[in-house]
Amino acid sequence: MTTAADVAPAIELRGISKAFGAVQANKDISIRVMPGTIHGIIGENGAGKSTLMSILYGFYKADAGEIFISGRKTSIPDSQAAIAAGIGMVFQHFKLVENFTVLENIILGAEDSGLLSPSLRRARRELAALADEYGLQVEPDALIEDIGVGMQQRVEILKALYRKADILILDEPTGVLTPAEADQLFRILERLKAEGKTIILITHKLREIMGATDTVSVMRRGEMTATVKTSNTSPAELAELMVGRKVLLQVEKQPRKPGARILDISNLTVHDEKNVPRLKGINLHVNAGEILGIAGVAGNGQSELLEVLGGYAQASGQITMNGQSLDLTGAKSDGQSRRTRGIAHVPEDRQREGLIMDYQAWENIAFGYHRDHAYRKAGLFMDHGAMRRDTTEKMARFDVRPPDPRLAAKSFSGGNQQKIVLAREIERNPDLLLIGQPTRGVDIGAIEFIHQQIIALRDQGKAILLVSVELEEILALSDRIAVMFDGQIMGERLPENTDEKELGLLMAGITEEAA
Amino acid sequence: MDSAMPKWADVFLIPMISLLLAAVFSAIVIYAIGESPIEALKLMVVGAVGSTYGWGYTLYYATNFMFTGLAVAVAFHARLFNIGGEGQAMLGGLGVALACLYIPWSHWAFALIGSATAGAVFGAAWAAIPAFLQAKRGSHIVITTIMFNFIAAALLNFLLIGALKLKGAMEPATGKFPEPTHLPSFQDMFSYGDTVLFRGAPANISFFVALLACVFVWALIWRTRLGYELRAYGHSPTAAKYAGINPTKIIMVTMLISGALAGMMAVNNVQGEAERLVLNAVEGAGFIGIAVALMGRSHPFGVLLAALLFGFLYQGGAELALWTKIPREMIVVIQALVIQFTGALDDMVRTPVTKIFVALRRPPSGQEG
Repeated sequence: MTTAADVAPAIELRGISKAFGAVQANKDISIRVMPGTIHGIIGENGAGKSTLMSILYGFYKADAGEIFISGRKTSIPDSQAAIAAGIGMVFQHFKLVENFTVLENIILGAEDSGLLSPSLRRARRELAALADEYGLQVEPDALIEDIGVGMQQRVEILKALYRKADILILDEPTGVLTPAEADQLFRILERLKAEGKTIILITHKLREIMGATDTVSVMRRGEMTATVKTSNTSPAELAELMVGRKVLLQVEKQPRKPGARILDISNLTVHDEKNVPRLKGINLHVNAGEILGIAGVAGNGQSELLEVLGGYAQASGQITMNGQSLDLTGAKSDGQSRRTRGIAHVPEDRQREGLIMDYQAWENIAFGYHRDHAYRKAGLFMDHGAMRRDTTEKMARFDVRPPDPRLAAKSFSGGNQQKIVLAREIERNPDLLLIGQPTRGVDIGAIEFIHQQIIALRDQGKAILLVSVELEEILALSDRIAVMFDGQIMGERLPENTDEKELGLLMAGITEEAA
Repeated sequence: MDSAMPKWADVFLIPMISLLLAAVFSAIVIYAIGESPIEALKLMVVGAVGSTYGWGYTLYYATNFMFTGLAVAVAFHARLFNIGGEGQAMLGGLGVALACLYIPWSHWAFALIGSATAGAVFGAAWAAIPAFLQAKRGSHIVITTIMFNFIAAALLNFLLIGALKLKGAMEPATGKFPEPTHLPSFQDMFSYGDTVLFRGAPANISFFVALLACVFVWALIWRTRLGYELRAYGHSPTAAKYAGINPTKIIMVTMLISGALAGMMAVNNVQGEAERLVLNAVEGAGFIGIAVALMGRSHPFGVLLAALLFGFLYQGGAELALWTKIPREMIVVIQALVIQFTGALDDMVRTPVTKIFVALRRPPSGQEG
């Protein structure tokens, strides 16, 4: 930190605080980010990272604190002011117009005049210059909907650079990328850094922090708990700083003892409402006592697979469960029928599917099993007492905090919400557990617990179908790995015989023969 | 965020502040047209609740609003916006009229059960078509129920100048219902000795049917499996699908119950009060039901209170028109202000009140995560 004396930091935040109602999202946060560096901000969901960046980008107004850009005190009341101050933001969910070209998206909101063609001409020239300078090649006349996710992200970065951004904020940029695309992104960031840009990288992935950043700040519960040089720290130390206690990053598991075939899928095909094929005749099977991991970039048919198995999408093909076929289109293709067949489902999106966020925990513990006789009273009525007792027990076994059955689902943290869903599904003692993105938006402390529960269920001889976009998670948990791309199974691997590189290629649709 | 404010503030304090604001603005409007707001308020209070006669009217109107308010509330729990209470209540009137005219009842109690059933069935049937179109074709229920209000009005018009009209009569109405179908009014029920209470007022035994309906709706929504499913569907159709809840079934059953409740209103206004079916018997009660459900936060007890308030406004407003130069339309303005403040502008009061509560709570805790 010898440079701090003579060079002004690109960004300096002093004593930033922000409260939403009773929740203190940011508490007295101060950081200094030096120009020409990549600064990581890591923290669990709800730690306040996004709030802090929203303040910097002018979406929220801080309750207290000051912002300095290149040493000058700056007020950022809105995103226009942020852009004027040289700050560019690449959001997790891209803000692009799908049916516009790359060029049109780049000038959107930054047109020079009412007439478009002069702006487009200028943008085309500058785009070519930017492409040369930073190695950010794009096809200016391609429609956004026709280019890949990695390219779309590149357009977002170009949008910021076109607006003369010197400081780039990237919010969870690799969430939707394949490992190869992510590597490419980090190469671009290195290049930008070399050209003097300052980059703030928000992520919850320790690996990216270790690989890409110069300095890293850790946030926990709205506070900045530490800022360290990346080279002076380790993943274990960062995890501990994030969670506030020691964390096991590696899952321990015994070798599998596969049993009888539980689930057999053959030639499964699914079309969406626009009649676009989402699953193109896939074949899979899961045995008792093993975890089949489905790897793939989000949106390649994994969701549809879970939906069909969970009973809320129609399909053609053949699925047998314990040797008997499942109804894929008729009256018995609903979630209730699936549950009676011994299929439990922890859905990918717990907030939209797995839970009713306004229902209290005891109502959610019955969700999907609400017709169970144990919850019945006098035929039509529900036995609230029995539901609450059941919830109290399950919350204790799954260490849900706070263990209050009368708290609404939305009042729990992501990890505890997931534990409620897991408790509900696993305690049903299913033959097959479908589990999608088990640790998405879940804090590191809870990830450990959730992984242990999944392994424990497998050791009891249950079949588990795991879908995750986190390759690390797939590799850590799975006994076999199938990779999905564009509605097809690109191949199956054993975790001990493969690595992220090979899986990453398969996830991008590249088989060995082609590569 | 949901724990920022105590429950009593949410369900009591905020509606009260909203009502107060509505009253202040009404006073300004009344003052602006050159009348005394104090006198007007006095007249309204005395006229609506100052005598058993006034109460007899207030409770009569409230009964109508309870049925239509409950109808909207039930549908609302499944996030279905049933704007068709008006038409469903019209059809309920048809059902009640047919039951009273063409079935020879021996006693009012049987007639009440019969006509309530008929009203419910007709109301439900009228809601069934929009419900089916929503469930199967995705036709928006707001649009279809509104259209069905017009169709209902046209249908009743057609029947009341044709098949149902009393022979030789000059007005579009059925004949008087036979004596055994006449329901006991509050005057019949509560007068004792020489003391006559509720003299000539239309409130009748249907009020208690409406109270029963409130209890029924409460149990349905918060105690039954169906209520659990329909609320789940209302909160998140995607989650409901995951849980294996059949959306078609929920939409159909919810709308049938909703329509049935609206249809049962006819027991009060057609059988209890008019004792015959006249044109435009519903008089907008179907629409007031929307405001009542909104103000009552779709809870049956809230609906009861809101229905009483609107009953008060209706009756008080009528008195106002009778005894002052304040035109009858003025009461529509006051109702509009009440709806505006309690429904549409709810957040205007809620946000600052929440802030005050948060500010009061800040010092002791503040580490909520």
